[in-house]
Order: sequence, then structure tokens, then C-alpha cells
Amino acid sequence: MTHDSQLGKVLSVLERKDFQQLFDTLREKGYRIVGPTIRDGAIVYDELASVTDLPVGWVDEQEGGTYKLKKRGDAALFGYAVGPHSWKKFLHPPVVRLWQVQRQGKGLNIIEETQETPPMAFIGVRSCELHAIAVQDRVFLGGDFVSPAYKSKRERAFIVAINCAQAGGTCFCASMNTGPKSTAGFDLALTEILEDGRHYFLVEVGTESGAAVLKELPHQPAGREDTAAAERIVAATATQMGRRMDTTGIKDLLYRNYEHPRWDQVAARCLTCANCTMVCPTCFCTTIEDVTDLQGDHAERWQKWDSCFTTDFSYIHGGSVRATPKARYRQWMTHKLATWIDQFGTSGCVGCGRCITWCPVAIDITEEVRAIRETDHLVTVSTKKDDNGNS
Amino acid sequence: MSTNPITDSGPLLALPRRQPMVPEPYCVQRVRQETRDTFTLELRSSNGAARPAFAPGQFNMLYVFGVGEIPISISGDPTSSKALVHTTREVGPVTKALRNLKRGDEMGVRGPFGTQWPVEQAVGSDVLIVAGGIGLAPLRPALYAILANREKYGRVVLLYGTRTPEDILYRKELERWRARFDLNVYVTVDRAVGAWRGNVGVVTSLIRRAGFDPQNGIALVCGPEVMMRFAIQELQKRGVGTDRIYLSMERNMKCAIGFCGHCQFGPSFICKEGPVFRYDKMETFFLLREV
Amino acid sequence: METLKGILAEHPFFRGLEDRHLELLVGCASNVRFDAGQFILRESEEANQFFLIRQGKVSVEIFAPGRGPMTILTLGEDEVLGWSWLVPPYQWKFDARAIEMTRAIALDGKCLREKSEHDHDLGYELLKRFVPIVEERLTATRFQLLNVYEPHHR
Repeated sequence: MTHDSQLGKVLSVLERKDFQQLFDTLREKGYRIVGPTIRDGAIVYDELASVTDLPVGWVDEQEGGTYKLKKRGDAALFGYAVGPHSWKKFLHPPVVRLWQVQRQGKGLNIIEETQETPPMAFIGVRSCELHAIAVQDRVFLGGDFVSPAYKSKRERAFIVAINCAQAGGTCFCASMNTGPKSTAGFDLALTEILEDGRHYFLVEVGTESGAAVLKELPHQPAGREDTAAAERIVAATATQMGRRMDTTGIKDLLYRNYEHPRWDQVAARCLTCANCTMVCPTCFCTTIEDVTDLQGDHAERWQKWDSCFTTDFSYIHGGSVRATPKARYRQWMTHKLATWIDQFGTSGCVGCGRCITWCPVAIDITEEVRAIRETDHLVTVSTKKDDNGNS
Repeated sequence: MSTNPITDSGPLLALPRRQPMVPEPYCVQRVRQETRDTFTLELRSSNGAARPAFAPGQFNMLYVFGVGEIPISISGDPTSSKALVHTTREVGPVTKALRNLKRGDEMGVRGPFGTQWPVEQAVGSDVLIVAGGIGLAPLRPALYAILANREKYGRVVLLYGTRTPEDILYRKELERWRARFDLNVYVTVDRAVGAWRGNVGVVTSLIRRAGFDPQNGIALVCGPEVMMRFAIQELQKRGVGTDRIYLSMERNMKCAIGFCGHCQFGPSFICKEGPVFRYDKMETFFLLREV
Repeated sequence: METLKGILAEHPFFRGLEDRHLELLVGCASNVRFDAGQFILRESEEANQFFLIRQGKVSVEIFAPGRGPMTILTLGEDEVLGWSWLVPPYQWKFDARAIEMTRAIALDGKCLREKSEHDHDLGYELLKRFVPIVEERLTATRFQLLNVYEPHHR
């Protein structure tokens, strides 16, 4: 799926009443449709049967450690920000079997997995999430090794993006340059417009696949007022951000502040509950489990989500390298904002704000960066050595 | 190719043939006890395929049916085409299971992975190898490779330190190397009781006696992290530049292909940018605690 | 044939000494030789000398009943043996034994001690050279204590 910005030059209008047809068309083409729906008091991502499964008329109120749903008063399909799930749930699932092995005498017969899952259509992907998917693409597809499971799901996924009409309370995509407008990585990008009694979507095509789907839907070319309305909405969203992250020189800022006292301060609050890593759309760490059946003839290797916040994550030679919560929080934050840049060429953070919302003690990554920046180099750790090799 | 500035000795060698998370079946040829808690495995491909090429410093992931998988440095001769050789300590369930394998048993191998000792870059220089404890195992392939082209190097010195004389790894081989005229071998132990007439003292004290040119020498260091810190300090004191010191690092490892995130050490993945690092490229992180 | 003064002047340990101090040292120095197995100094004896090893190998050890001699450190060419002559009560804490035939220069520490009481410059020059040796031995000992080669289990 290659994004073609030329295709996006022609914008179309899809009426709300025809939205169900998007679902029907995708289903006809063999896609399994996943998107936002309400469950357990939150907007999560799950399989959708029809438009009515969407959180129609709901909005989320998010703050540090707080998430609440409220009725909007209108019938917007996408009138909310992001919830605890991210699309990594589908592209990089929490539990994956890698292979099985059957013991035959002294020998082993390894049975590899076939990557046969129905292609998925993601409905309602936010710009920050498009960036997050691109970040994980670099991890699993961009290096010397490629994950066949990830590749198979990723290449066949159909992405319908949504340009956010309101920012969440903990959002900061604007300062991370990851939104609110979707610019690449989608098959179709929609902006939902409810104005003057009308309810419709401005549609931008991103790929040939997207164009093929749009062709099957009733749509009109967009007029100048439609385009202007969409631009106004997105521009307004950019001003509503609940948070802001100053990323100026952030890699070097964190690299020279590994001994900053702020880490002890945040460690006193952090419960190492690992919520942030679970909700973060770019966190990719996993563990490997080898399991056998009771008879001892059959074994399997499973890959499961893991978190650098667990004590065992860095276990080696009888102890953990990062034994203290301070070391583990520091690892997560410096990885997300600094070492990720050296590893993959971009920040690991897309400004979605989930880690702030879902932290039980409301630790705010933007505030932690600010605090360190304000007292940058408070503790000077010299790594210079004298002539005798003493520091 | 990773664009990580920490990347050190060039591209990965010998990428595995199958899907990288799937082991190749290997047959145990021999399990040899080296010291009371250290043993060597000799393996051959079950398919009769030749031993895949590897570079000194690289490691494989060894899998025992139903028990688990761990990273172990290759400790054999890269210039010989015989068995795949690994030396390891018995410290947990997987190593215990490996040690209890019998000739003919099948297990799984993934690899080789990781960066290599700068055997090519060291051509024309003196080479000082400083090994501590089990650290001699990942260095042995480098020594083999250097000895296979001995005339290309200057002075070659091996310094080896371990806890007691009973813990000396590859003892007979060390004695054979010591007998060569083109190789200086010094061995020391931390403690000795009884008949030991060799050196007693820290391996760093051997560096002073090594007799190699700090301006034109390359040092390869491997052992427990504390030992490497001491050794590097001593090397710097003797005038060896931080861009001429290489070490091998270890961290928790699950996938060995840069996906699981466990082996991260600052900006580096030990499985991709390591385990062999040039010291100047990671000194800042090496000196930090709990990184 | 090399003179004692020549050897001492060239030796890295004494480099930089003023000529008058060098003369003093030469006056207190003598060539000594130990056969393999011979004791150089013994625990609890008065410490009146120190040695500059020129050739051979020396074991610094301590004897325990039932365990025999336990070597803590071996010293070789160009290394210095003995600093207890500097520290009251001027008594050796360990044995030192030649493992191989060993040649050394013995220096009369007691004499140098007494001279240093009057010539503080001499005292300072000696301490300046011995303190780094003590530091090095202490660091090495701490490292040996850490038992870094043992696997550590939780």
C-alpha cells in the first residue's frame, strides 16, 4: 500500500446516511472490520458489525489518571479521542504463537505457523496512530530482520483514517508533529463535519486500494465550502491540545541528564504497573515463552507483550540490571523520547496522551521533560578521566 | 542497515536461512566438561548441512525442547569447518538441560547473531586479549582467527584471569599456546591454595607486563562487567586509546533479532549493535548504573 | 657491569630523585639472591627492608593450619615487595617466598626511616613512591574480594 499524494488532490464528500455502505463494501471485499466501540465504560477497538457499533454521540473526557465517557448531544460517529487500545492490538497482537515442535525419538520436528488471517480494515485511525503504526513498521519491517506475522497483517490492512474534530485532554500531537491532520499512511482519510443540519464526511484518497473502495460508495466531489469546513475543524483541533512537549534537542537533553534527581522524584510516584507500556501505541517489547504439554512430546513457543517496567525484564546473572523503579522509569522514558531516535530515526512518542490518562498516579511525560529541561544538568556527572584513568 | 551511530564493526554476517525465530535442528556430537561448572557443546546440523559461517564474537540462540532458549557465544574455530562449538556455565534450567543432553539428542539453533571482534581491523597492529573467567570462551574464536593468519599481526598477547586454578578454562590449550614462540600467554588467579606456582593477583596487573605497544595495539576485553571496567581503566592508564579497546557486553535476551527489546543498553541492542562494542562508542552508557 | 647506582637511577621506581637522595639509597642498597623456595621475609618478623625485584617470582602468602600456605599475590620483575617498614609497628604481616630463583635489590628500610626523620624531603620522595603501590594493591585486593567470576544467584 503506497501512499500517493496525487490521489488526495481530489476530495470527495460522503454523506452520513451512506456510511454503512463503507462497512458493507469492505466486508464484501473480505475485510474483517475493526474500530472503536464502547465496552466497560471506555472506547476500545474491537470487531464492528455495523455503523451503530461505533460510539455514536459519545465523547471522552481525559486527564491525568482520568477517563470518562459523556454524551455529546449530537450524533457524531468519531467525536472522541483515543482510548486504552491502539492498533498494535491487531498488528502486533498481545499473544502470538511462533511455532510448534513435536518430539520424535531423539529428533525434533518443528512446525512453522502459516500466516493466514483475514485482512483487516481499521476504521477511525487518528493521525497520531498513523504515525505510531509507521513507528512500529520501522521496528518490524525496517531493520535487518522482518517479522513475517507483522508483515502479513500490515500489508493487507486497509486503513480509514479520521482527522480529529476535537483534541483530548491529554493530547499533544501538535507539538510532536504527528497531527491532528493525517498526511500519509492511509487508504482513505475522513473528516467528519456536522454543520448547519448537515452530517457528512470529507474524503481524501491515499492509495489505489482506497480509490477502489470509494468508487463503490455514493459520493460527490467536494466543494470549496466543504474543504474549508474540514480545514477549519482540523485547525481548531490543533489549538485545543491538552498538553505540549518541547522536543528541542530532547535526545541530548535526556542523554546528559541520566543522573538528574528528577528520576528519583518520579520513581517515588511510579508504581511500575506497566499501564503506560500497554496503552502506548508504539511500545513493542515482548517476551518469549516455551511451553510443553504434560506428555512431553509437544512444545510451543509463544510471544507475549512484555514491559520494561517488570523486575525480570532485565534479569541477568542472578539479578536485574534495572532493579530499582527509578532505573525502569528512566529506561522507559529515555527509550521513548531519546534512544529511540538513535535506534529508528524518529521519536518513539506520537503525542497521543494515553500514558498520561491511564497512569493511576497521573505521571505526565510532558511534565517530566519540562522538569528536567528547567533544571538541566543540575547534577553534573563527569565522565572525563585524568591521565591515570581515574574519574 | 541500522543507522545507529553506535553500530560498530560492520554489517551482520551469515543471516539465518529460515524465519529468524524458528530454530534449525542440530544434533549433539559431544558434551565436554571443562571445569566444575563449565562445559562445551559440540553440535552438527541434523540436515547434514555444513556448519554455517560465523565471525568471532557472534553468538547463537540455543534451544532445548520444552525448556527454553538462551544466547551463548560461539567458542569454536571459525576457520575450521567441523562442529559448531559453544562453551557455557551451568547456571539455570536451560544450561542445566544443555549439559544433560547426550550424543545424538536434537536441539535447536538460531543464528549466528551480533557483531564481531575486529580481527580484520587489527591487521598490522599488536593485539592484546584480556579475558576473565568464562570471558575466554567468546574470545577464543578471535585468537584462532588471528593465529590462522599470524604473520599479519604484531605482538599477540593473551592475559587470562579467573578465580582459582581449578577454574582455568581450556587449560591444556592455554599451555599449548603458551609454548608457542609467537604468542605470549599470562594466566593469573584471584586465589590459590596449595601447589599453584603461577601468578596470583588480578588480571589487570598482567596488563603492565604484557609488552605490547599502546599506540599501535588493539585490546579485546571480555569477562564480568566489573572485571572489564578495571581492565579498561588499566589499559587507559597504559595509554591505549578508547577507540582501540573492544569489549563484549551481555544483557537479558529473548529474540536476538531486535524485536523483543530486552537486550537494550542505552541506544544499542546487544543483539544488533553488540555484543562486541568499540569502547569509545558506548563509554558514556557503560559508566552509568542500571542502564 | 652495572653499578647499583646505575640500576637505581634508571629504575622507574626511583626516577626523578635528586642525586643526594640517590646516593643515600645506594648507601642503603645491596644485591641479594634467593633460591626457589627460600623465604625472603616472614610474618611477624621486624620489617626493616624492602625489595626491588629484578628477576624471578615471589609469592606473598599466609599459612593456615590445615590449609597450608595461601598465596594472595605474586610479584615479578620490576615490582616492589614490602611496605611494612614504613608503618609502625614495622612488622611483616605476611610471608614472602621465592617461587623461582629470584634476584633483587634490598634496601635498608630502617636506615632510610631514620634518615627521613631528619631529611623530610627524602621522606616525602619515598612516600610519594610507596603510596601509589599501596593504592594499587588495595584496589587489586578489593577486586579479588568481589569474587566477580562466581555466578551470583538470588
